[in-house]
Amino acid sequence: MEIPKDLKYAKTHEWVRVEGDVAYIGISDYAQEELGDIVYVEMPAAGDSYQKNEEAATVESVKAASAIYTPVAGTIKEINPELENAPESINQKPYQAFIFAIQFSDASGLDELLDAESYQKHVEQEKAGH
Amino acid sequence: MSEKNNPLIFELSKPGRRGYRLPDLDVPAGELSSLLDPGLLREREPKLPEVSEIDVIRHYTALSRRNYGVDLGFYPLGSCTMKYNPKINEQVAAFEAFQQLHPLQPESCAQGTLALMHELLRQLSEVTGMSWGTLQPFAGAHGEFTGMKLFKACFQKRGESGRTKVLVPDSAHGTNPASAHLAGFEVVEVHSDSRGLVSLESLKEHLDETLAGIMMTNPNTLGLFEEDILEISRAIHDVGGLLYYDGANLNAIVGKVRPGDMGFDVVHLNLHKTFSTPHGGGGPGCGPVLVSETLLPFLPVPDVVKRGDGYHLENNRPDSIGRLSGFYGNVAVMVRAYAYLLAMGRDGLARVGELAVLNANYLKERLKDSYELPYDRLCKHEFVLSARGLKEKLGVTALDVAKRLLDFGIHPPTVYFPLIVQEALMIEPTETESLEVLDRFVQVMKTIAREAAESPETLKQAPTSTPVRRIDEVLAARKPIVRWHPEEQS
Amino acid sequence: MIAYLPHTEEDIKTMLVAAGINDIEQLFADIPRELVLSKPLEIPEGLSEFEVYRRMQALAAGNRVEPVSFLGCGSYQHIIPSAVAHVLSRSEFSTSYTPYQAEMSQGILQGIFEFQTMICELTGMEVANASLYDGHTAASEAAVLALNSVRHSDTILYSSTLHPFTRQVLKTHFSNLPVHLEEVPADNGTTDLEQLVERLRPGVAGVVLQSPNNLGYIEDLSGLADRVHENGSLLIVSANPLSLGLLKSPGEWGADIAVGDTQPLGLPSYFGGPSVGYITATEKLLRKMPGRIAGQSLDREGTRAFLLTLQAREQHIKRERATSNICSNQALAALATTVYLASLGRRGIREVAEQNLHKAHYLHGRLLKETPVLALHNRQFFNEFPVVLPKKVAEVLSGMEESGFFAGVELHCLDPLMPEEALLIAVTERRTREEMDRYVEAMKEALS
Repeated sequence: MEIPKDLKYAKTHEWVRVEGDVAYIGISDYAQEELGDIVYVEMPAAGDSYQKNEEAATVESVKAASAIYTPVAGTIKEINPELENAPESINQKPYQAFIFAIQFSDASGLDELLDAESYQKHVEQEKAGH
Repeated sequence: MSEKNNPLIFELSKPGRRGYRLPDLDVPAGELSSLLDPGLLREREPKLPEVSEIDVIRHYTALSRRNYGVDLGFYPLGSCTMKYNPKINEQVAAFEAFQQLHPLQPESCAQGTLALMHELLRQLSEVTGMSWGTLQPFAGAHGEFTGMKLFKACFQKRGESGRTKVLVPDSAHGTNPASAHLAGFEVVEVHSDSRGLVSLESLKEHLDETLAGIMMTNPNTLGLFEEDILEISRAIHDVGGLLYYDGANLNAIVGKVRPGDMGFDVVHLNLHKTFSTPHGGGGPGCGPVLVSETLLPFLPVPDVVKRGDGYHLENNRPDSIGRLSGFYGNVAVMVRAYAYLLAMGRDGLARVGELAVLNANYLKERLKDSYELPYDRLCKHEFVLSARGLKEKLGVTALDVAKRLLDFGIHPPTVYFPLIVQEALMIEPTETESLEVLDRFVQVMKTIAREAAESPETLKQAPTSTPVRRIDEVLAARKPIVRWHPEEQS
Repeated sequence: MIAYLPHTEEDIKTMLVAAGINDIEQLFADIPRELVLSKPLEIPEGLSEFEVYRRMQALAAGNRVEPVSFLGCGSYQHIIPSAVAHVLSRSEFSTSYTPYQAEMSQGILQGIFEFQTMICELTGMEVANASLYDGHTAASEAAVLALNSVRHSDTILYSSTLHPFTRQVLKTHFSNLPVHLEEVPADNGTTDLEQLVERLRPGVAGVVLQSPNNLGYIEDLSGLADRVHENGSLLIVSANPLSLGLLKSPGEWGADIAVGDTQPLGLPSYFGGPSVGYITATEKLLRKMPGRIAGQSLDREGTRAFLLTLQAREQHIKRERATSNICSNQALAALATTVYLASLGRRGIREVAEQNLHKAHYLHGRLLKETPVLALHNRQFFNEFPVVLPKKVAEVLSGMEESGFFAGVELHCLDPLMPEEALLIAVTERRTREEMDRYVEAMKEALS
């Protein structure tokens, strides 16, 4: 199970990569494995605004539909065009296949995210709880 | 792509073929344009098939032979109660006098069906220990929705709209939280303890004035009787909450124990489970809701009442939650359920509960050495095995076991439910199965367990003797095709 | 002997021993004593099959179905091909469960797939689900679908010409949810489209209309879809699918969602249930459609196979986040519709619809010409029309019943805003000219 050190993570298994005032959001290796083969990604529309912790996307597999939350409030800058025809990219390369990028003004939500080490602990706890 | 001679009806179509002859029009046919604006007529003809009657009969008969029902064999689906569907019920349900009755006919002309509905409600109330109810909900989930709306209406009337939380055990069926949510409640999960029962500790955390109540099934989805139920109902009532009973598992206790006596305020039943009406491949069902006296004023309209001169539909219920469905519910299903109650009677129903539980415990004892039994204790009408050990040691899952069962001509048990057991196999034999059927099932399950150890590939490749092999679910969900397209016709 | 229970005394002994239990009562030892019933239920003793038959016969005799029926209003008496009952009697279908184990359920799955295809064709839409409970609840589900598809929406506009029960079911469905339902008035029997368009505004998820509507009148929806779409809302049309053998389909009107009830296609009235709700939509709404959906795929050998798909949307996975709590469909009843449509075919459905139109207009013409009966409004209709009698309907119905007719639905009973003299008359292909001629004579007498 891969957990790149240069990213931040949410307890709900999103990874976050910040580039200036834009946050790129995807789901972690653990999340894609739990979901199984991903069949569809419902993405927000560029230009739409979202609140902090609002559900902005959904990742669907055959057995589950997972809500993807944005850690910061902002406006959607771009969505990943690859996911429309190849949602399985998330399974193949979860840390390259971002889902959406959101432009934010208030970065406070980012402080609540976990670093790689804390996220690893969090995942281990969840696995043990099963 | 090979179709293995299994065409769609559209692929049998030939222009000019007709499958049914209507009587000739016996009134003058005016010009269409004199009756209707051309702009109101359809332009594109619907591409319905053009086949002959024999094509229709052969096609659908062939389809039926690619299907499996209780009439063919064992169907131990946990929480579904796939018991025998009596044929006398079909015969009486087909009476013209039941079929041709229009829902808006004068009541004086519908006294037979109205009497049946009334008496059915009375008997169901007695069986559940409740005061009265409604037959309107079309299915269990619809009944749950009704129940949750009854909760809401009751609290609104009492001026207690702060009661926003409904507790749902983590072992509950998905319709429970969905229904509560749709009625405007917040769903809070209550944990199960090591016994597999609702944890009183977990429950007590939520006993405050924001509590609307709890949705439970008893026995629960593990097939275990919630022994603390009296304490639970007292605790919930003490803080002013209500209790909802999901009747999916009533078959375990029908005729022996009544949800009303346990303290439940609302009960939904599944006539297509406990009361023998056919599942029909997924419907139609009927999910009557019975209530305690407190909730009577809120029942949906119309009610069926008996007044001196006969039976009537009553709409005058000022506090009613309103109408849930177009007319009065799935009456054809009620007719079948009533016939079943007539045949079983009070002694028959008590026996149903006893033998359903006996059958389940028998199977459990005979299978527990071949599969993991997470809760090794007395069960009710169903029990849950786990294939977790098989998965860890042999890489074989509950799904693989299920698919291999198909090769033996047995419908698999429910798999992957309840969510609190990994690789779950939920088995409910029902009381209409004989010792021989159960013994064969045991033998087949033991064979599969052996195959899992000796030749797991057999399970992985299964099924091989069904009309089709394992189906690519991922492809279906990625590129959904939900209808036939004319251009595909070769 | 108790019916359907195969256990012999010996069987029970064997099983008790294997289960490590002494007697049956011990099976309930985990239940608090005060809960176990100590006296029998107050229901009668069980009967033999023959006695059940006789009892049910006696009950059925309490129903009168001989009068010739001109009742409609959401439930219609049509001609049903014998093939329908025959196929439904195949117990491989009727005694099967929901086809979660697709490999042994190809029969019902393919049947559902064919149903979905046929209902798409009739309604002119792209996708369908495996059916819903009835047309009224289907309208609620369509409203939910619209609310879930249009961002930042919380309002549904609906016409007052929707069936009164549909309106009531909508209200019940949304009564505890933060959704605003707004009724749009009628103008002489059909929706006041100007009013409707005026009310389009941000926040409106969808607009619900019915055609033929609650009075049987056909609504002209020309240009409406464009206006609704300009507002970012969805157009939802409820349509009697039998009428679509002839009338412009919701798809041709530009609808985004079509709903209705397929009872007229192969199902008897049966005092209102079961019927079959349908919902069809444009492709882009597919992933949010409620209920079950049958899809096509391939098995491991490349054979075409059918299965329930897109289950991630359903309650058993999404649980409290599901957009609908619906679990079942009306499977077997939907199969009746499938067999009906296969039997009639594309030309048969047209012929049936035309017969309905001509017969209804025949009766309408004769009533208006030869009796004091007046048309309620001056609108075009399909197989149902409202008339105004010179007396209260209640005073006329029993006389008509004595003459052998269920003359029609007293509109005032369903909708207190309707005059007490208003009668809704439905005429299907099942009614003969002779029956209609006698009806006219009986009406003349009843009104004299």
